[in-house]
Amino acid sequence: MKIAVCIKQVPDTAEVRINRETGTLIREGVPSIINPYDTHAIEAALSIREMLGGTVCAVTMGPPQAEASLREAISLGVDEAFLVTGREFAGADTLATACALSGVIKKIGADLIICGKQAIDGDTAQVGPEVAEFLDIPHVSYVKKIIEVNAESIKVERMMDDGSDIVEAGLPALITVVRELNTPRLPSLKGKMNAKKAEIKKMGAAELGLPPEVVGFNGSPTQVKKIFTPGPRGGRKQLEGPLEEQIDALINELLEKKCL
Amino acid sequence: MDYFLSEEQLMIKELCAQIAQEKVIPVRAELDEKEEFPWEIMKVMASSDLFGLFIPEEYGGLGKGSFELTIAVEELSKACLGVSTTYAANALGTYPILLFGTGEQKKKYLPDIAAGKRLVAFGLTEANAGSDAGGTRTTARLEGDHYVINGTKQWITNGGEAEIYTVIAITDRSKGPRGASAFIVEKGTPGFSFGKKEKKMGIRASATRELVFEDCRVPKENLISKEGMGFLVAMKTLDSSRVGVGAQGVGVAQGAFDEAVKFARQRVQFGHPVIGFQAIQHMIADMATEIEAARALVYAAARYADSGAKDVTKVSSMAKLFATDVAMRVTTNSVQVMGGSGYMREYPVEKMMRDAKILQIYEGTNQIQRNVIAQNIIKEAAKAK
Ligand SMILES: Cc1cc2nc3c(=O)[nH]c(=O)nc-3n(C[C@H](O)[C@H](O)[C@H](O)COP(=O)(O)OP(=O)(O)OC[C@H]3O[C@@H](n4cnc5c(N)ncnc54)[C@H](O)[C@@H]3O)c2cc1C
Ligand SMILES: Cc1cc2nc3c(=O)[nH]c(=O)nc-3n(C[C@H](O)[C@H](O)[C@H](O)COP(=O)(O)OP(=O)(O)OC[C@H]3O[C@@H](n4cnc5c(N)ncnc54)[C@H](O)[C@@H]3O)c2cc1C
Repeated sequence: MKIAVCIKQVPDTAEVRINRETGTLIREGVPSIINPYDTHAIEAALSIREMLGGTVCAVTMGPPQAEASLREAISLGVDEAFLVTGREFAGADTLATACALSGVIKKIGADLIICGKQAIDGDTAQVGPEVAEFLDIPHVSYVKKIIEVNAESIKVERMMDDGSDIVEAGLPALITVVRELNTPRLPSLKGKMNAKKAEIKKMGAAELGLPPEVVGFNGSPTQVKKIFTPGPRGGRKQLEGPLEEQIDALINELLEKKCL
Repeated sequence: MDYFLSEEQLMIKELCAQIAQEKVIPVRAELDEKEEFPWEIMKVMASSDLFGLFIPEEYGGLGKGSFELTIAVEELSKACLGVSTTYAANALGTYPILLFGTGEQKKKYLPDIAAGKRLVAFGLTEANAGSDAGGTRTTARLEGDHYVINGTKQWITNGGEAEIYTVIAITDRSKGPRGASAFIVEKGTPGFSFGKKEKKMGIRASATRELVFEDCRVPKENLISKEGMGFLVAMKTLDSSRVGVGAQGVGVAQGAFDEAVKFARQRVQFGHPVIGFQAIQHMIADMATEIEAARALVYAAARYADSGAKDVTKVSSMAKLFATDVAMRVTTNSVQVMGGSGYMREYPVEKMMRDAKILQIYEGTNQIQRNVIAQNIIKEAAKAK
């Protein structure tokens, strides 16, 4: 079984501040981490490898510094790492990002691709499903449990608003995972030592056979026009007065709205 | 202070700090409260390769030395001595095999130990043999292809939890100190059982238990080294492990000190953070100086051992003695700096002070360390003449 994990290097949002004027993150001086959802993706890949054998490779698109995330992935036990990097990828939206990622996955080949549910900085949760579309394979998002996996198929439980679904997909397939799936392991000493010397394979658009117009800014149909903090959600009502009265008012309100 | 750690040593420190932060600190108070053995943490340490740190590569370890073990133990001890005692006692129990075991014994036991699959304990102490190992009553009698062991070991760290035990027993009482021998006994051997689990002041996550031998038959091949070498095995084992107790002292002192400084900067009385009072500042200055001195001595002793030095007894005793006395003083003063808050379980220094006390007692009390240091000085002086 060959498994590819897409990991994104993101600023540690626990330590990030926001520029009030532009509404953007102040990234300077903020430590970078592997997108937390992606650490669950790595864990899932490693435990499947422990069960079925095979290899796990980690893939990221990002600036040269993103190499640090790939080395961290190797310290956890990932076998191989690929960094998609180059000026041509700058300004990518989710479509262009997915295009580049699917390019490298096509090149290395994978039976199963695992992504995080979403990135904690971009937050769109689009990249995983888009990669699957580019590869023309099935995908299951929001996976919280892997029930069964073998050389032909994968059976998972995915989170829904109103409970969960059990879904089976033929391989190759892509899944995106949520935190409930597992507890990511810590690195091992041997892993850390391997990570130090491991070769990180770097690839640009040319190596991936992607024309310049499909990646980066040029390949991005969406553009950020304005970044702002959304206002509070409307349609709320705050009850006041003594507790008993509030309870009565709430019950009346719910009865009126036919909620009770 | 920069001790010029190599890249690999920094990795070990970083990894242990991460384990301490993510896996130990969140549960240490609960483990202490419930007197619960830290199995989850041991599993994490096993998969992080930490049990193989000081075991040669040919047996699946990383082939590092005393110094690397020191760094690991220090980092873990900053967070919890109960956890670090469990880990360090595993090394203590392993040394007899590592230092004196036959090729067969090493091949049989070290790979599992390196992988953290089987935990080890060391059994020397008995009711009548504390500081005075000469009081050992447990016996081993050769009968055909087996030794038959009888007796009770007390206060054995990792007792009950460990799978492999290295145990000292008398094979020939007429020979006095040369009549003791060391054995490997596996959990599950008929005639080998566990007595009561002790309730303790501190290191309550660590298990301390009696080992009971009643006509326990172990194969002849489980004798470590030769008959009569038991006390030598024990002494060399303690020489190797003692620096680790020093490292525990440095770690717990640093852990308590960091809490005290953090608290003293925040706590306001008489309109100032208490760290502004000179009385507090001087305590903090003394603590920081003593911790650094202890660390320097412990590191020097570990590096001396790794240099292949033949006799490390005096130096390792000094490191253990000094660093653990510092640990007791610093944890006590950290509580003092924090006042009533320091005395409360809500803050970690209360536990650290309780925990620190054991370091002045086990693996040779600090009185015994002073005896040993003095005896060595007398010997050296006599030789120099
Ligand atoms: C500050 C900032 C500025 C931006 N500016 C622009 C802009 O000017 N124009 C524009 O169009 N878009 C812009 N974006 C959006 C940017 O394109 C997205 O961050 C990116 O496409 C990934 O989308 P996402 O972060 O929402 O990931 P998600 O879709 O939320 O990520 C889901 C999963 O996909 C995988 N994944 C995502 N990204 C990568 C990656 N790079 N490498 C490997 N795996 C990955 C991971 O497994 C991840 O868990 C900006 C984003 C930020 C944070
Ligand atoms: C929590 C815990 C874990 C332990 N784990 C292990 C283990 O894993 N394996 C193991 O074998 N043992 C273990 N021990 C035993 C430990 O090593 C002994 O407790 C220690 O060596 C001291 O022996 P004792 O307690 O019998 O004290 P005693 O020898 O009875 O000493 C009592 C007092 O007299 C002093 N004293 C004794 N003799 C002299 C002397 N000649 N000169 C000056 N002062 C002296 C001592 O310093 C002490 O203050 C453990 C003990 C504890 C409490």
